[in-house]
Amino acid sequence: MPKNAGTGKWRKLPNRIEGTVMATPNTPLWEVFIRSRNGLAHKHVGSLHASDATMALQNARDLYTRRGEGLSIWVVPSNAITASDPAEKGMMFEPAESKIYRHPTFYEVPDEVGHM
Amino acid sequence: MAVASISVSETPLVLYTLRRADDALILGHRLSECCGHAPMLEEDMALANMGLDLLGQARELYSYAAKVEGKGNDEDKLAYLRDVRQYRNLLLLEQPNGDFAHTMVRQFFYSAFADLYWRAMMKSSDPTLAAIAAKSEKESAYHLRHSSEWIVRLGDGTEQSHARAQAAIDHLWAFTGEMFEADASERGLIDAGISIDPASLRPQWLKTVADVVNEATLALPQSDWMQQGGRDGRHSEHLGHLLSELQSMQRTFPGATW
Amino acid sequence: MYTQALNTSDADDRHIEDAARAAAFQARIDAEERIEPNDWMPAAYRKTLTRQISQHAHSEIVGMLPEGNWITRAPSLRRKAALLAKVQDECGHGLYLYAAAETLGASREELVDLMLSGKAKYSSIFNYPTLTWADIGVIGWLVDGAAIMNQIPLCRCSYGPYARAMIRVCKEESFHQRQGYEIMVTLARGTEEQKAMAQDALNRWWWPVLMMFGPPDQASQHSDTSTRWKIKRFSNDELRQKFVDATVPQAQYLGLTIPDPGMKQNEAGHWEYSAIDWDEFKQVLAGNGPCNRDRMAARRKAHDEGAWVREAAEAYAEKRRHRQVAQAAE
Repeated sequence: MPKNAGTGKWRKLPNRIEGTVMATPNTPLWEVFIRSRNGLAHKHVGSLHASDATMALQNARDLYTRRGEGLSIWVVPSNAITASDPAEKGMMFEPAESKIYRHPTFYEVPDEVGHM
Repeated sequence: MAVASISVSETPLVLYTLRRADDALILGHRLSECCGHAPMLEEDMALANMGLDLLGQARELYSYAAKVEGKGNDEDKLAYLRDVRQYRNLLLLEQPNGDFAHTMVRQFFYSAFADLYWRAMMKSSDPTLAAIAAKSEKESAYHLRHSSEWIVRLGDGTEQSHARAQAAIDHLWAFTGEMFEADASERGLIDAGISIDPASLRPQWLKTVADVVNEATLALPQSDWMQQGGRDGRHSEHLGHLLSELQSMQRTFPGATW
Repeated sequence: MYTQALNTSDADDRHIEDAARAAAFQARIDAEERIEPNDWMPAAYRKTLTRQISQHAHSEIVGMLPEGNWITRAPSLRRKAALLAKVQDECGHGLYLYAAAETLGASREELVDLMLSGKAKYSSIFNYPTLTWADIGVIGWLVDGAAIMNQIPLCRCSYGPYARAMIRVCKEESFHQRQGYEIMVTLARGTEEQKAMAQDALNRWWWPVLMMFGPPDQASQHSDTSTRWKIKRFSNDELRQKFVDATVPQAQYLGLTIPDPGMKQNEAGHWEYSAIDWDEFKQVLAGNGPCNRDRMAARRKAHDEGAWVREAAEAYAEKRRHRQVAQAAE
């Protein structure tokens, strides 16, 4: 089986520990999301390794819900997530910051009118 | 050994409850031996979780047995101060962990039984046993799920894992018959609706086990010759060693509280 | 976690470190901003964190062994369940930490291989043996106590994934120290034999526990940059002193004597302890502690004997992928 199978475009990062030999093959990485209570959204809680989705779900149950933290679990292959690039933070997110008229506090309503 | 074993007044209900408590403790203890030594860290978590479920079951069952007996024994006296001949667990559960295939096949054979057993026991006319059953059923259902997934992966994994899984099945098969037996002392409890007849669970157990084993590309042995004796305290040699470790503190320091 | 799979297209130019980027990075740290996996960071920051987080993870995993030694002999069912749950928690903490380390680009497998080959270190404390049940009490009380002292400031570490892992760890560990102290209280109220067992355990573990905080400040090689990067918020000696001050009254409550006849309380209320035997510390770190070889052998055995299981799981997953592809093609 190919090295790093299941982790998609896993590539050597420049700062990987130098001189190590990959003796043990990598098991795919999964991101874990847990709904702690009905009515709440699933929240990212961490990640884990598993050879397939079924085992990922069981591993998530055993690792992340030992103290009754969850009612529902999602596991997602880490390489299925597309993320924005922090280097593009300015372009991506700063334009929204100036749109203060999107917030209720931008508008003035006379006190006599009360809560609106 | 500095402390003598306690004597237990084994009425049918006390004996019945002790047998199930011993099952849970001995398997839980075996799983606890794996802690820190599992094939992968994730499985360390899983084995410990199953072990903790079983320890929890054992404690409730021992406490109930002590209460029914009414002679001042408690969960710890029953667990730590009975000798090998007084233990009544299934032989299957005292078998050593062996390799991971043995650990999982043992878990699988027992969980497939325990899942059916506890579900049926939820209808016990004894409210305490019914309540313990309701909790244990959910735990056993997950143990069955987890061990089944592993049986399939080991059987349908590599040549080596297949061979190891088959060897474990062949070795442990002869210990499965004991799960479905009921002796004279249990017959009365079955008639009173306190217990269920375990023999009635065997067809469904066999189907569950066969389905998983087939999916795993493994085979069940043809032999129907079965080992017996655990329920009467006639154990394999393994249990004595397990108990000498389990009980060492209580036996060495008489009467101390920990 | 993230960096293994995401945004690797520009990975190759990330290591071009110019002074402006480094200055901007330091400014973010100074402003108490958290650094996240895909953010630019100096190579040395990445390296330091990878080493620290993975060593922390190794310590959790090796740390399962000394306490695991008593799970099968725990003296009551209640103690047995608590100890199994606690040792299992340590495994979980190791997993959280490996995941945090992986966000920096190393895989868990290679980090584990470094540990198994003896190149990576773990905490010196786990190279001491657990001889009696009282050792389980002392480990919970003092070893976990020292670990918590060290970990609470790490919840505010500048690196986001490490800080988040630490928050989870600290939350779960709050029961560990109480579990240990409860064992000690029970021993202290027990028979003369139990009291002696408790004192003996304290005598053996006291000095190794003080060594857990690391070399004295003037000798610590990593402290300066770690402090500047807000990985470390307190110095080794500061944390050690805090620990000693917290522990002395707890020992007094138990009626136990801290094995340091020269110890005295100064005017500021701090307990001054005698000189620590740093030669012993160096020897243990160098692999010559009483249990180094046993610990490594146990971890290697689990790893080696588990290889065929991990291979089976991978092989099965691979077969299933092929079958799904074949089914889809039909």
